[in-house]
Amino acid sequence: MALLETRGLTAFYGDFQALYGIDTMLQAGETIAIIGANGAGKSTYLKSIAGLIRGAADSVRFEGAPIGATSAAEIMKRGIALVPEGRRLFPSLCVEENLLVGRYGREAPGPWSLGRIYELFPGIKTRRNSASTTLSGGEQQMVAIGRALISNPRVLLCDEISLGLAPIVVRALYEALRHIKAAGTSMILVEQDIAQAIKVSDRIYCFQEGRLSLSGRPSELSREQIHLAYFGT
Amino acid sequence: MIKAVSPPAAKTSGYRIETRTRASHAVTAVASALVIFLAALPSFAGRGIIEELIFVFYMAALAQCWNLLAGYAGLVSVGQQAFVGLGGYLLFALTIMAGIDPLAAIVLSGVLAAIFAVPTALVVFRLRGAYFAIGTWVVAEVYRLVFAQFRQLGGGTGTSLGPDITNTVFGIDWVKSMFDVRAPAARDIISYWAALALAVGTISLVYFILRSRLGLALGAIRDSEDAAESVGVDNWRVKLTIYVIVAAATGMIGALIYLQTARISPDAAFSVLDWTAYVIVIVVIGGIGTIEGPLLGTIIFYLLQHYLASFGAWYLILLGALAIAVMLYAPKGLWGSVVGRYGLTLFPTRRRLVVQKGALRSYRQEA
Repeated sequence: MALLETRGLTAFYGDFQALYGIDTMLQAGETIAIIGANGAGKSTYLKSIAGLIRGAADSVRFEGAPIGATSAAEIMKRGIALVPEGRRLFPSLCVEENLLVGRYGREAPGPWSLGRIYELFPGIKTRRNSASTTLSGGEQQMVAIGRALISNPRVLLCDEISLGLAPIVVRALYEALRHIKAAGTSMILVEQDIAQAIKVSDRIYCFQEGRLSLSGRPSELSREQIHLAYFGT
Repeated sequence: MIKAVSPPAAKTSGYRIETRTRASHAVTAVASALVIFLAALPSFAGRGIIEELIFVFYMAALAQCWNLLAGYAGLVSVGQQAFVGLGGYLLFALTIMAGIDPLAAIVLSGVLAAIFAVPTALVVFRLRGAYFAIGTWVVAEVYRLVFAQFRQLGGGTGTSLGPDITNTVFGIDWVKSMFDVRAPAARDIISYWAALALAVGTISLVYFILRSRLGLALGAIRDSEDAAESVGVDNWRVKLTIYVIVAAATGMIGALIYLQTARISPDAAFSVLDWTAYVIVIVVIGGIGTIEGPLLGTIIFYLLQHYLASFGAWYLILLGALAIAVMLYAPKGLWGSVVGRYGLTLFPTRRRLVVQKGALRSYRQEA
């Protein structure tokens, strides 16, 4: 049985249909990447899994249970943590508080603790008492990842963690993702930076205008296939 | 409270989250002394001062309630008069029709107001932003129209509490002999104590909510609703909890107000001007989203009313002009400006990190 599965997942913003019947599957310990151009529906897909957009209960299954209509707070409690697009740190809290608040809904045993997160991102340890708003974009992204990790989720959802960051920072973040993967956490990465995403992923899914245009293992897919699935031409 | 964000692992590694500061201990001591002084005041102050202070206390309590609702939970209601009026009418119904002691009826009115708040919330929580504000006002009008239908409670013209009820309130004989006063003055003293208890009670309530796990959730929601949901905060449930708590407190205050005036009518009890507009002005002038702000606002509001009420319509024009000026030049209110400039906080609710000795070493060992 897959750890997390979407079957015929659709999503709407009012009358606008953003997703048309998406079938994806995530096995335990696996990392999958969702790639696609702007407006392809990647973030919508992730929000649907995280419960920020709700749909038919059966369209998302986690450990066999339908969660498509479940609230975001409840989904987080069950073990799916989201690193939201644009980091969304809590500006009124300092760095360490931002990390600790990640345990609000769920405190599960596992590889991740405050100490382990500081080990993963030594840069934010020295800034732990600073206001989260004074951090650089890369540091904020590290805090956002740490905040999601600290609850020891079964699945980590990462929404465009490379967005707006320098290539050297992106490489550091992806290095951290390798450690997270090695610790046994399953991940779904939504990315526009295909090169980075492909390197850490076991499988990729390419979205195009709300539909699945390609899926497979990175080693089995050619550049041309991905290019076609990404741009449609 | 402290446990909310610092799990066992963090405790052993020498970290703890605290909200108290050294200054806050001093404030606690001064505030306690002030409350004791105010409680003893009827033994030497005249009846005029007592009556004025009852007004100050219940306006301060209403301001705290609205501030918790709008300033912390983001629920900008302009319909809180629904619960003031409801509390007032419940007090009349419980004392006149059920023969319950007025002081017990105040508490019971709060409980019943909380029960009424649940279905009310199910309706108004479907609305967002400005529509929520208008929706709460409409609901309050519905409450007013419904209570105007009850003949037993005077219908549209209202009714009075007879001396057989107001003069038999719990403890009145003791107060009469203790302070050597007649029944009306003794009644005022009991109302005064009840108002003081409600004011102190609402301030403490807000303070403890903000320092609790619920307060952490409120802060997270205020910063970002989506991010709060994503760390496991159930926004809807948190807001409902705050709405119901505030309704209970507002209902009790309303019951007290109408025990004190001993006369109720739908238009007065469900007045948007008296029980919501003035309260919003107080919170805006003082500083929304702080505990100190509504207190400062209440004092300013009282002084303005006391010295300018004889100017008639000019008083209201001045009050409105002041509120607009504050919104333009000090959008965080007068207390907000003080905090911004001097960093002064009397009721610290911000969590700060306390690092114990050896904490860094234990992290290294963990690593």
